[in-house]
Amino acid sequence: MSTGRVLTHLVLALGVLLFLFPVWLVFAASTQEAAAISRGELSLLPRLEGLAIYPQVLAGTGEGAQHGAVWRMLGVSFAMALGIAAGKLVVSLLAAYAVAFFRFPLRMAGFWLIFLTLMLPVEVRIIPTFEVVADFGLINTFGGLVLPLVASATATLLYRQTFLLLPDELVEAARMDGAGPLRFLRDMAIPLSAPNTAALFVILFVYGWNQYLWPLIAVTDPGLQTIMVGIVRMIGIEGQTYWNRVMATAMLAMVPPVLVVLAMQRWFVKGLSEGGA
Amino acid sequence: MSARLELSGLAKDFGRTRVLAGIDLTVEPGEMLVIVGASGCGKSTLLRLVAGLEAGGAGRVLLDGRDITGLDPAARDMAMVFQNYALYPHMSVFDNMAYGLRIRGLSRAELQARVAATAELLGLSALLDRKPRQLSGGQRQRVAMGRAIVREPRLFLFDEPLSNLDATLRLAMRVEIRRLQKRLGTTSLYVTHDQTEAMTLGDRLLVMHEGKPVQLAPPLEVYHRPANTYVAGFIGAPPMNFLPATLAGDGSAACLEGGHVLAFADGRRAGGEGRALTLGIRPEHVEVVAEGLPLTVDLAEPLGAETILIGRLPDGRLLSVRVPGEMPVPERLHVRLPARHLHVFDAASGLRLEPI
Repeated sequence: MSTGRVLTHLVLALGVLLFLFPVWLVFAASTQEAAAISRGELSLLPRLEGLAIYPQVLAGTGEGAQHGAVWRMLGVSFAMALGIAAGKLVVSLLAAYAVAFFRFPLRMAGFWLIFLTLMLPVEVRIIPTFEVVADFGLINTFGGLVLPLVASATATLLYRQTFLLLPDELVEAARMDGAGPLRFLRDMAIPLSAPNTAALFVILFVYGWNQYLWPLIAVTDPGLQTIMVGIVRMIGIEGQTYWNRVMATAMLAMVPPVLVVLAMQRWFVKGLSEGGA
Repeated sequence: MSARLELSGLAKDFGRTRVLAGIDLTVEPGEMLVIVGASGCGKSTLLRLVAGLEAGGAGRVLLDGRDITGLDPAARDMAMVFQNYALYPHMSVFDNMAYGLRIRGLSRAELQARVAATAELLGLSALLDRKPRQLSGGQRQRVAMGRAIVREPRLFLFDEPLSNLDATLRLAMRVEIRRLQKRLGTTSLYVTHDQTEAMTLGDRLLVMHEGKPVQLAPPLEVYHRPANTYVAGFIGAPPMNFLPATLAGDGSAACLEGGHVLAFADGRRAGGEGRALTLGIRPEHVEVVAEGLPLTVDLAEPLGAETILIGRLPDGRLLSVRVPGEMPVPERLHVRLPARHLHVFDAASGLRLEPI
């Protein structure tokens, strides 16, 4: 190996260490005794017998389990993230399809309006959003958790670019073959933007999974508590903080996004390699 | 299933630019009509208006007497072969060909039979499961043809289908398209900028220039009796030689700038003595002789079977001459411009002048 390659690998290894060390720290901490962490005695070596905390945390049993079962929070978060990602994909795909392929009055005005909303994150419009959702009677419902987050300017933008890259002749060939707008959407636009969809799904799923502020204020029912809110609630409001439980929950909260990334990555690459003609 | 296509007053403007100016044209049932012209002459716009892909043109399109001007492309029962093939990249060859049939609601059995028969006709049977990206350029072109043929449309539209292929393949596909079209007998419009394609494929040619039809005639008539200097220069390779001249001898001869007088073989032309003319003669018709117009050879392009000599006449005008390949290339030679091969055009308008 040349020095250049050695250097490359060194830099990469350093990067991996930088990213993995905190995760390792969380994992090691999750297996310690709660009291030990509170005393500041954090060992970098995991305690094997401490692994028993994971089933306890999942089921919501054992010492310091007043927060409820984590499997349920994971379920709620998973459903919410899935709902947000799917909702964003459907809404953006249809919006981009309209903007890219049809000519109608105020088309570009509509597009720029969508584009402008990029500058308004959830936090900025949270009070009016709450007002609207409350008026619909959706506070403390799953729908209320997901619906305000199902529009995405970024995804609309990306889909539009993908659609604009489809050759005009392809669209015309389909028209000559007799494909109407809905059929073209189903048979051409959706399959041909599949790599885009896969990549967006990963990003949007992680976005949904990481939502904190909106679930915090939209839901008070413990049965609809998401994992992100759940972790924060575990930290020392009512007396002692069981840091091992917090750390174990944090570890568990990392698993679904990682699985989604791993699962979609294969599909994503497959889609990319099949894309070009 | 052969249809008659009639166009009347077909025109189209892009903004203020008139890209197509009033085309009247009838394509007879089973005929292959080739529309040829340089890029930007409006030929593709014409094709797209016929297909219904271009909206907002003036004039009417009639298929077997039925006015289809306002109809959607899908309702016109035409199939188009595109320059870049426009295959559906995510579909197999089979699905590419079957797509239009599926939309038309054909039964599974009939659909399979028709795709199989078309694939057989085009030698694609072994490739039906492949995706377009797994095919060579020629194979993709065949699939694009197959997609058009399998629909059994009333009209084929070809939009420069061969221009993305390399030279050898282009020749092979050209022969194949001609064979298939003759065999299927489907009325066809074929757009190309390649004059060889136009000459070999068309029953008739429509030569277009700047959005206007210039000449509509069978290929050989276009070659032998080009309607104006544009057609004369466009059809034929290497292009026709043009020499400025004036009418002489009571309209029965032309006088070249150098004073050389050429008598017309086919009769007098109208106009007075001294009328400005453009004389045309094709390189293949210039004869090399022992005694005649002296020509200084500037450049020789050996093509194997023949050599193209580009030389200068005494007055400095360029003249190209096609000679047999085995002939040694001299530095100077004498040529004769045979009267029966002379094309006479009006210098100002460029229009062909027929004998009176």
